[in-house]
Amino acid sequence: MPEQKVVEPEHLLLEAPREKKFITGSQAFAEAVKRGNVDIAIAYPITPQSETMHLVGDLYAQGYVKDYYRAEEEYGAMSAIAGAVRGGARAFTATSGPGLLRGLEAIVSWPGHRIPAVLGVMTRVVNAPLSIQPDNVEIAYLLHSGLVVLHAENQQDVFDFTLAGFVISEKVDVYLPVVVATEGFFVTHAKGYVELPPEDMKLPPRDPYKAPVPPTDCEIPPARIQRDAPVQKSNFMSYLIHAVWQQEVWSANRRAMKWIYKYLGGPIEVVNPDAEVFIVASGCAAAQGREAQRYAQMEGLPVGLVKIKSLRPFPEKEVREALKKAKAVIVPEHNIVGWLAKEVKAVIPNSGIVVDGPRVYGGMTLPVELIMDEIYKALGIKKEKKTVV
Amino acid sequence: MDQEKKLITPGPSGYIPTPGAFMGVELPPPGKALLYGEIVDEETAMREAAKAMLTRRNPTIFPGPLVLWGWNAGAMEKAKAVLELAMEIPNCRIIPMPDYRPKYPKIDPEAEINPNHPNLTILHNKIEACIFVGVHCHYANLSLRMIRAGTNCFTIALCAEMGHEDAMVSLRDVHAEEIRRFRDVLVQVRNELGIEWEPKLPPENPSLPKEDWTKISPLDFGEYAALLMPRRGEVVEETE
Repeated sequence: MPEQKVVEPEHLLLEAPREKKFITGSQAFAEAVKRGNVDIAIAYPITPQSETMHLVGDLYAQGYVKDYYRAEEEYGAMSAIAGAVRGGARAFTATSGPGLLRGLEAIVSWPGHRIPAVLGVMTRVVNAPLSIQPDNVEIAYLLHSGLVVLHAENQQDVFDFTLAGFVISEKVDVYLPVVVATEGFFVTHAKGYVELPPEDMKLPPRDPYKAPVPPTDCEIPPARIQRDAPVQKSNFMSYLIHAVWQQEVWSANRRAMKWIYKYLGGPIEVVNPDAEVFIVASGCAAAQGREAQRYAQMEGLPVGLVKIKSLRPFPEKEVREALKKAKAVIVPEHNIVGWLAKEVKAVIPNSGIVVDGPRVYGGMTLPVELIMDEIYKALGIKKEKKTVV
Repeated sequence: MDQEKKLITPGPSGYIPTPGAFMGVELPPPGKALLYGEIVDEETAMREAAKAMLTRRNPTIFPGPLVLWGWNAGAMEKAKAVLELAMEIPNCRIIPMPDYRPKYPKIDPEAEINPNHPNLTILHNKIEACIFVGVHCHYANLSLRMIRAGTNCFTIALCAEMGHEDAMVSLRDVHAEEIRRFRDVLVQVRNELGIEWEPKLPPENPSLPKEDWTKISPLDFGEYAALLMPRRGEVVEETE
């Protein structure tokens, strides 16, 4: 392990020279943890997350991560993460599909308890029949709990979002967990080019006293273990207490947006902003959407792409602005419920222009041709179907 | 400032408040402040805050754990600055928010304020202008929102971090030096308003037992004894 020097987040994320490597998404997670000055990583293995946490275990062995263990199961892992973070540690964990749902009760309590951790989610089928294949329906479960949710398109995003996630989550005006989701296998087990800053640099350590709540969940500095339930109804608690607490979580979630602009260049990326037809996509579907946009451009079709990097906070005004002249909006997704299409419909005034799909799920790949079919339909172009035997 | 521009004003704003952040209020950048939800110069915000503390009924300072407990040299200096500020505000009171846990069976609203039901203290004491200082941001935000929902109190947040959308006046990066600067602005505004006042400390909190500092022992603090930092005679320069 090389000696690592602490540098400012702005330098590590935005200025440091970068070297191109050809690595998997799991390796990209680990490379971010390596530079994240992480105190502790705790997880329970589940495919396709296992490789990432295995690599993080190697980082522990090499001395990059100060502590590491395998929990009993995900509920325990996520609860232990909360304990470690309350104790002042910077923590990383990851899970997938059924593991995420098993840990969900603990995970969705993190925002209310103001737990600034980073959670990697490598998506996988959650519903029966059992499958380990990628399908991102589980992200829908994460969108309504106050978590900051970033969705990585590729290995580069995985690295950037994870490293920035540690910084954003610990901002005093945010102080929420950051989820970095990406598609299992398609991204985690496939290689892509990733530009990495030097591995002899790391983030400054977490300062648990720079926080909107006292560390160790104490009520009086420097330390006090909580004695009473934090929010119970009584004559001496306002009827509003739980409401304003939730408001605070969601206010903090909105405040994350300015840091997403600062460290990730904004919550969306727009390709060909003057187009008539837009593909709006996140995660792996954005990669396929990007390819479809390229095909369309080669055919001279007025097609653009809006890639959504941040699902929470959702870039409402940015999406509205990007789609203000759109005649049709195609939303390809890797799940059956179409959670992203619903989000897009909810923020634009003319939701009738949103095409529900194409959607694939249960581990299916998303061929670019499916998106092209929708583009042709939207533009009124009739293509002959060729049957190849 | 135009009345229409004022997003965050003294309440009561109603049954459930809309948070400033939901209304589009953004925290100010370094060197700036929030006044009624709008980003303004610090001086402008300080003058309006001073005016509220000088002209509204029962001005009160609510110091939180970050200034009440001498857990490092900065906190102790900040506590001194808060007292210096209080001395310059006519008939000012200090009611602490010593911790954030719910109090059973009830709080004494003359002795303390609690973030789980801050309105008990505001309404009982008819407080129409207050300053939050040294309260952790999360709990300050809960309190500021509830106070705006249910009372007519003008809230001022002297925040050591990035500020608070739901206070009528919010200053950021406020430490001892900035508190003293606010005190100077307040004295200037007081003179402009023609209010005569000889600086003096606020009255003792009537609900607290008299403490004999010559005989006090950590054991007098009961279950909190182990938490006393620094102990008598000990000076902690900085936290580890």
